[in-house]
Amino acid sequence: MSVRMALLAILCDSPQHGYELRGEFEARTGSVWPLNVGQVYSTLQRLERDGLVTAAAPTSDGHVIHDVTNAGRAAATAWFTDPIDRTSPPRDELAMKLSLAAATDLVDVRDVIARQRVSSMRALRDVTRLKPSDDESFADAEAMGWSLALESMVFQTEAEIRWLDHVESRLLTQASRRRESPARRAAKPVPERVVNLVEENR
Amino acid sequence: MSTQAITERSPSVIATPPPLELLDVSKVYGEAQLAVQALRGVTLTVHEGEFVAVMGPSGSGKSTLLQLAGGVESPSAGCVSICGRALVGQSSAARAQARLGAVGYVFQALNLVSSLTAKENVALPLELAGEKTKRAYRLATEALIEVGLESSVDKFPEEMSGGQQQRVAIARGLIGDRKLILADEPTGALDSVSGEAVLRLLRAKVDAGAAAILVTHDARHAAWADRTVFLRDGLIIDDTGGPGDPRDLLGPL
Repeated sequence: MSVRMALLAILCDSPQHGYELRGEFEARTGSVWPLNVGQVYSTLQRLERDGLVTAAAPTSDGHVIHDVTNAGRAAATAWFTDPIDRTSPPRDELAMKLSLAAATDLVDVRDVIARQRVSSMRALRDVTRLKPSDDESFADAEAMGWSLALESMVFQTEAEIRWLDHVESRLLTQASRRRESPARRAAKPVPERVVNLVEENR
Repeated sequence: MSTQAITERSPSVIATPPPLELLDVSKVYGEAQLAVQALRGVTLTVHEGEFVAVMGPSGSGKSTLLQLAGGVESPSAGCVSICGRALVGQSSAARAQARLGAVGYVFQALNLVSSLTAKENVALPLELAGEKTKRAYRLATEALIEVGLESSVDKFPEEMSGGQQQRVAIARGLIGDRKLILADEPTGALDSVSGEAVLRLLRAKVDAGAAAILVTHDARHAAWADRTVFLRDGLIIDDTGGPGDPRDLLGPL
């Protein structure tokens, strides 16, 4: 996830120092993606180096207020309007694990699926319990941000569970085909006519 | 710790029997070569204030489980008890009486009576259970308001949209002092916002002390439950346990 662009986008609304920025990020995204303050400062330094933000002289209490440059504002707008980049899909550990599990004898892939499904379902339940009601989520922009961030997790976890079901049914189909195919061969002996034909043409 | 938890939940110690108990329940449809084993020895207890979701693909036996839980059908083997009363061996009329007041249904088929208004439809199970008409109508109106149908109280089913009819069926399932609510894909004809409202309503009924079973193929709906069991080919293959369940502390076994 691009923390860099998210922080730049928040700075477009008002100049602020790193600590405030972290608080604002977490409030608007419902603390779904916790951020440590060191990460915020190092990101701000890189943004400054790239000419996207400016840093004012430290205030009397030692805070450095950052503001966005024209280039920074343009970059933030472009980030919002451009669809996300899919040329390098994020590594999905679970997808990787299942592909490998399907091809190894080290573990039973159905057991891997079953354990993950229980764990994903618990995660989905726990996130669902945090969901505010409609009335609560419409209260202000911050509440809406929190609600949308949670719902994104709900949909992702749901997709994970559906995908696990899909993988399981694919593996079951594969297993039943493997069981069937020798039987099928036995059940359909080569007709005598064909055997004779082959013999004649030798 | 886990031993203690098991003791506390055992029927001999607990004061009130659980609203629903299925003990080694099997169900076979048809005979001989045509026999279909819909359930193969399912054991499941739903306690007061517990919301259990049953997930599984079509044909896994989840709707059969609900039919048995509601006493709509009898098990081929095993025992089903509602509030401590075993349904096995009772006549279908006795089973109907046992579930009339205590059990609320929200099924896929709406089964609304077309010659009755929304209010009369919702009040019907209460009246059949012996409630006075005036009070039944008042409770029915309240239940319809809860599902957002205050303007349709006196409408007939044919005057309402599919989604509205479904909400009438939901109000009918949740009305009164239900000990056990059985729901089968209750949000089928509803958009996602109304669907979520229904699940919140179900959740609220459970938080107020009812027990509920929700049969669904949608994980987002099952997520409103305390606990989800996964059904495959008539067997419970997995169980998330409830929140704060001792199993959560142990991690997946």
